[in-house]
Amino acid sequence: MKRRDFVGLTGLGVGALFLPGLSFGGTTVNAAELLSPLDAALNKRLADAALNAAKAAGASYADVRIGRYLNQSIFAREKQVQNIVNGESFGAGVRVIANGTWGFAATNQVTEAGLAKAAQTAVQIAKANAKVQKEPVKLAPQQGYGEVSWKTPIQQNAFEVPVKDKVDLLLAANAAALDNGANFVNSSLFQVNEQKYFASTDGSYIDQDVHRIWPTFGVTAIDRASGKFRTREALSAPMGLGYEYLVPKAADKIAGPGGTGLIGYKNSYDILEDAALAAKQAKAKLTATSVTPGKYDLVLDPNHLGLTIHESIGHATELDRVLGYEANYAGTSFATLDWKKQNKPYGSKIVNIVADKTQPGSLGAVGYDDEGVKTKQWDIIRDGMLVDYQKIRDQAAIVGQTESDGCCYSQSWQDVQFQRMANISLKPGQQKMSVDDMIRGVDKGIYIAGRGSFSIDQQRYNFQFGGTVFYAIEKGKIAGQIEDVAYQANTQEFWNSCAAICDQSDYRLFGSFFDGKGQPSQVSAVSHGSATTRFNGVNVINTARKV
Amino acid sequence: MILSKDEAQSILQKVLGFSTADECEATLSGTTGGNIRTARNTVSTAGAIDNVALTVEARFGKRAGIATCNQFDEATLRRCVQRAEEIARLAPESPEYVPMLGAQQYLSTPAFAASTAGITPDFRATQAGKGMALCEQRKVSSAAFLEDEAGFVAKRNKKGLEAYQQFTNLDYSVTVRTPDGTGSGYATADFTDISKFDAGRLTQIAADKATSSVGAKAIEPGKYTVILEPAALVANSDASLLGALMNAFDARSADEGRSFLSKKGGGNRKGEKLFDERVTIYSDPASADIPTLAFAGDGRPRQKVTWIEKGVVKNLFSSRFWAQKQGIPDVPPPGGFIMTGGTQSTADLIKSTQKGILVTRLWYIRPVDPQTLLYTGLTRDGTFYIENGKIKHPIKNFRFNESPIIMLNNLEAIGRPQRIGGNLVPPLKIRDFTFTSLSDAV
Repeated sequence: MKRRDFVGLTGLGVGALFLPGLSFGGTTVNAAELLSPLDAALNKRLADAALNAAKAAGASYADVRIGRYLNQSIFAREKQVQNIVNGESFGAGVRVIANGTWGFAATNQVTEAGLAKAAQTAVQIAKANAKVQKEPVKLAPQQGYGEVSWKTPIQQNAFEVPVKDKVDLLLAANAAALDNGANFVNSSLFQVNEQKYFASTDGSYIDQDVHRIWPTFGVTAIDRASGKFRTREALSAPMGLGYEYLVPKAADKIAGPGGTGLIGYKNSYDILEDAALAAKQAKAKLTATSVTPGKYDLVLDPNHLGLTIHESIGHATELDRVLGYEANYAGTSFATLDWKKQNKPYGSKIVNIVADKTQPGSLGAVGYDDEGVKTKQWDIIRDGMLVDYQKIRDQAAIVGQTESDGCCYSQSWQDVQFQRMANISLKPGQQKMSVDDMIRGVDKGIYIAGRGSFSIDQQRYNFQFGGTVFYAIEKGKIAGQIEDVAYQANTQEFWNSCAAICDQSDYRLFGSFFDGKGQPSQVSAVSHGSATTRFNGVNVINTARKV
Repeated sequence: MILSKDEAQSILQKVLGFSTADECEATLSGTTGGNIRTARNTVSTAGAIDNVALTVEARFGKRAGIATCNQFDEATLRRCVQRAEEIARLAPESPEYVPMLGAQQYLSTPAFAASTAGITPDFRATQAGKGMALCEQRKVSSAAFLEDEAGFVAKRNKKGLEAYQQFTNLDYSVTVRTPDGTGSGYATADFTDISKFDAGRLTQIAADKATSSVGAKAIEPGKYTVILEPAALVANSDASLLGALMNAFDARSADEGRSFLSKKGGGNRKGEKLFDERVTIYSDPASADIPTLAFAGDGRPRQKVTWIEKGVVKNLFSSRFWAQKQGIPDVPPPGGFIMTGGTQSTADLIKSTQKGILVTRLWYIRPVDPQTLLYTGLTRDGTFYIENGKIKHPIKNFRFNESPIIMLNNLEAIGRPQRIGGNLVPPLKIRDFTFTSLSDAV
């Protein structure tokens, strides 16, 4: 995951005083002027100019995305605001197939002439590349939907909330951390609104209005005498929600394990409560016992497990990786077509993984993907066995299928769309079980919440994960905070050691706002749901070093 | 799109003319370029990107606002300035206010090459085709990415700051895999001037590594003497061990007590010898090998700066605010860094190694503990066991957990630097490098 693409112009046009800055490039305007989506009739005329120009230049297929991408970000540290930036990026990208080869061009000249020129450039590129093309592109057939629209079902548009209210909330969170013993605290609020219009030669004209939000912070405690410092990150999740996510509701709070004070958050987040707890936990980390390496039963909170799901299942089951299209960057996958045929278990029988581009509140939810395919839900792992992959229109034929899964995405108008991860989630357990019920059954274990260090090999076998907070479990009880924990495992061994999953009442979403993939690298936002889950006998290392 | 100095400064002058703020700074930047991506010995995607963006920062007293736009008619420019000023009026006062820079003197740096600015879609397709043809002939599969850009940055403010420079860059990387998936090799290079670029030669290197890495044997994880090739020390588009070390040279983090450069009891460790005495790292924007822009993002001039000299920390970078507050030199972060080395090639380093491991690339490197700069990651695309000065056989990949601080204290030998990811980095021979587990990945 990379933030740098989001924080694009940091250090370029922004004085050091006001770092960090944020922009995708494009036009920054008063957010209030941008709440009305772009005019659909105008968009249709512009889109048709691109599609007609592409066909006239020799394209057998073309699509166009006219996008207005709004971002607002607020950064604060301790008692001050570092930066407030409203960003708007407006432009269009045209993708074509000519002579059996893809071509793409983008322009910020959003006029009929500008779009026609971009279409012609895209065709020119496709034809140049066709000379060295070996496998002509085969697109899965796709019906045109005519003129349709979709909007994230938010309750309160975050862009309509006054900036002052958001600044006050972040400064109040910082104060809560400082009042509870933090030495430093950095907080931020990211908001995204993608207003995108898609049209293709299949006959679709799709207008979508997509919203996402992410409040987060990092709290640092320092012991000057020893020179030691420790940080505890927020336990929020980026969500496909409006500002209602920052209005805490009791019904959205799930008590964490007894003795930890932790709270799990569902569809709303209490940043003040979490910041206060974070400061106490950051201080406790300074004197916490360093873990003894060895095998432990791990009890993983959804806000931690989401990242493990993301790396070891989400990326491993993307068909473009499986087929070798990402070999030069993030790599390939152990879960090849041949491996799938061998019917080896990916995980234990209680492991059921679902891909979903429709789940309300999730980051990946849209009505249609960025190549005009209506979104859906489908199984990836059923009863521990791999049953399907994530695929888009130009991949379906390669695996003998006739339908895209609707998970094509581009981060902006100026980047070409390609296969991106759907929300990939672990289904909760069928039997009633709370986190305390689960811990009662653990003799020697570690409870981990929040995201930490993460690393996995280029075929998704060997991984190592840290976390934000760690608690020892001894004889069925939480036995205090510990530190320097990371677990190393092999994907299949890990998921086959999955021994218990809490029930639906504990189910929550983890999210990644900046999942990086592709060349040039693009970010995408994706959620991963799960309930608290137990894994038996996982190898834990101690990460403390002396330098 | 590349605007000339006169065109760019003319727009910036117009922008500043619209400003009513106490201070105003405008930055115009643009690029034009393209890319081609291949996989399975065929083209997967390709594109062209052309954009110019204006950033305006307005300040009233200690309040600041930023706005950007990418249209350049007078109405849009005027609106952009007004919006920066609206945000500035809404923003709280910043206790970290520092006045904008006045006029500056900049070095002349050779960051632009006309040859790179003239790249066409046909050039990209031809280069990609060379690599794919070679792999077809050798019956291996390639995935590659070529990206080029030519661009400019121009800055101007009301206090007399004026900057303009053009730049070019081309990045190429290629991964070659054997058809049975048991061998993989990688090569990468980046250029300001493309006259030395040859995708075929780089693909040949990757293909050789792929075929020679077939039949890897597992050896036990543990501490080994390693030879780290430059691609194992610096990555073009991801975190890296030496990149992480240089990013940690921030004075504020050190002074605040949250860096490996923080001193117990307060202050920082500038002036202390923290690395082997053969370690010297500096930056030079005018380097003929890795030229960078002559100014940093905030307009501060870039100069030649020594960061580590004979193992001693010589300089830390900082924001202007922090430099002023602490009364320390106002040094911006570098655009790229140069680690000095010797004349030995990687092959020479292998010859002088009794037992060890050749690591051609490290991957998915992430921080584990910022206190000690402990990082984890994996070897990838060709890892080999060395015995009696020769490569004996390929070995399976490892996960490592290691700190660049420890690594640069366990230095055995330094090779000849080469350009990678905009830096100049030599291959290094390191003793007691810590591998913690095996990976089945190829």
